Amino acid sequence: MAHVKLSRITKTFGAHTALRDLDLEIRDGEFFVLLGPTGAGKTTTLRLIAGLDKPTSGRVEIGGVDVGEWGAAERDVALVLQQYSLYPRYTVRQNLEFPLKSNVRRLPQSEINDRVARAAKTLRIEHLLDRKVDRLSGGEMQRVSIGRAIVRSPRIFLMDEPLSNLDAKLREALRSELKDLQMKLGATFLFVTHDQIEAMSMGDQVGVLNGGKLVQVGTPYEIYHHPRDIFVAGFVGSPAMNLVDAEIDDRRIRIPSARLDLPLDARGDGRLGHVRGPVTLGMRAEDIHVDPSGPIEARIYGVENHGVEKIVTLKTGELIFKATTSAATPTEIDAPLRLAWDQGRMHAFDRATGTSVSERAARLPELA
Amino acid sequence: MAAVKSSGALVGNRLAITAILVITIVFLAPIYWIASTAFKPRALATTVPPTVFFQPEITPFIKLFVKRVQLTKPVDPAVYEAAPWWEKRIFDNGERVLRTGPNVQLSAYPSRFMNSLIIAITSTVLAVGMGTFTAYGFSRFKIKGEQDLLFFILSTRMLPPVVVAIPMFLMYRAVGMTDTHIGLIVLYTAFNLSFSVWLMKGFMDEIPKEYEEAALVDGYTRMQAFFKIVLPEAATGIAATAVFCFITAWNEYAFALIMTNRRAQTAPPFIPSQLGSGVIDWTVIAAGTFLFLLPVAIFTFALRGHLLRGVTFGAIRK
Repeated sequence: MAHVKLSRITKTFGAHTALRDLDLEIRDGEFFVLLGPTGAGKTTTLRLIAGLDKPTSGRVEIGGVDVGEWGAAERDVALVLQQYSLYPRYTVRQNLEFPLKSNVRRLPQSEINDRVARAAKTLRIEHLLDRKVDRLSGGEMQRVSIGRAIVRSPRIFLMDEPLSNLDAKLREALRSELKDLQMKLGATFLFVTHDQIEAMSMGDQVGVLNGGKLVQVGTPYEIYHHPRDIFVAGFVGSPAMNLVDAEIDDRRIRIPSARLDLPLDARGDGRLGHVRGPVTLGMRAEDIHVDPSGPIEARIYGVENHGVEKIVTLKTGELIFKATTSAATPTEIDAPLRLAWDQGRMHAFDRATGTSVSERAARLPELA
Repeated sequence: MAAVKSSGALVGNRLAITAILVITIVFLAPIYWIASTAFKPRALATTVPPTVFFQPEITPFIKLFVKRVQLTKPVDPAVYEAAPWWEKRIFDNGERVLRTGPNVQLSAYPSRFMNSLIIAITSTVLAVGMGTFTAYGFSRFKIKGEQDLLFFILSTRMLPPVVVAIPMFLMYRAVGMTDTHIGLIVLYTAFNLSFSVWLMKGFMDEIPKEYEEAALVDGYTRMQAFFKIVLPEAATGIAATAVFCFITAWNEYAFALIMTNRRAQTAPPFIPSQLGSGVIDWTVIAAGTFLFLLPVAIFTFALRGHLLRGVTFGAIRK
């Protein structure tokens, strides 16, 4: 168990800068998810903590100690990867024993057997112990991989998209298993993913990484409801937040692409504070609802049925946007639909910088 | 689908099999010729057309291993009766075995054969060993001028080796390395190394580096990770590379001819040198050649599983 702190980390690969001035703190016992698109620097961050790469500049601290000069073996962290994480040719048992047989640890065989048995029980892989790893299914492989991490009781668990190669059903099951496991062990987890659902469902804290910079750190609630910039707003949430160019003045909201000109209500005013002029407005699909007396008149452009609800793609003027409706709402393509939206839940972003100017998000602490 | 094949496909298939059979027979014919000659009585060795059916005998191999001289007078019947069975075969050929006191004088063949084994095996182990380490380095680490270095390594193969034979001979003579085992070992190792590095680099690149990184994080040094994880994974590639290096070193003729003449001479230059001593006995030469073929055949056969996977490695996996 340990506290991890990265300070002013920069990592370059030749001319490419993977991470720039990154500050990151993972508290002891926390499930921290690093979320971002491919190439954002998630894996690089993880490798720097693991000691597989050295930062170009900056400090890596584990448990309050600068580990910059430590090799991977000495850092006592465990790594679970998306694939290729098990040793081929070995059985499951040999894979689980492997980290315990290292010279760094030198455990007696009885202790090794004990730990392997406990890990196998926790992950329900006891029946696989004597099987060769190439005879395992994807889900079993990842379980063994996690098992190889937990036998060690490492200071930190580092997981690099461990669920990405699994099918949807299994991914969902392992997601909750992993979360349970983390709580049971009380361990520090750093979990890297590009899947925002994984991030939201597992993370105590979520850090959103974009282009080598940490854009926002917060609880899943904060990330979802108070994105600090347009990138986070668009990346987190499914369907993605509707983002449109709009003009705000004292009384009205104008959206040229939708040929909309609406009065600004009290909730909207409270939400926007003193923001006036051109902004990018953000509105989540679930905050737009069917309302026969609503101000927006749109035509149905497409429908995604999700069981309890439908995600309807709508078109008004040139603007295409998404709204969530109940499954019972009739949604025929091209049929007209009247909608309203909750102005108290909209987001506004500065068009030039992309940062949120709505109340509360604007008051979030500045990231270095 | 498998059962119902169009007649066209079937005919094509049969044609292909026939063609492969014919090619195989053509390729194997010289080997059959050598093998059969090695077991022929001397009189049948040079008949035209070649004799196909004959009583195989082991006399050529006996003659291969001992020093002999022509009989000048008939053998004393008492001596003939007292001689062991193999010596009688020599007497039957009109020759007698040379002895030092009671000991049979062996021919040079066994020692030349041993030289071949020592030199080929040692140089193969060295070339494959060094090649494996070098390839691992090139595959896993950022090396300045990597492409240039690799090209430089390969460039040693770009001239026919015989081109440098004379300068090499003069250099070897200057340092006293002619006709030494170590001389040929160094030569063959150097010659095979570039091949070994390139081949092993391909195999190393195929092994995901995640395996070793997992081992590093699990508390092992890079060296331990290399031996415990990478090496077993590379076994197939190592076997394939070893077969190729061994064959090259085992068959090498030109340098062996130039650089050695007695102590360190290998079998390839030795076997034809026997042509010149008196009457040409083709059966003995065939016996020598036949035995010479065996180690490569056995080695290749033993590693055939690896070899097939080895040469098709990248093609199948990707």
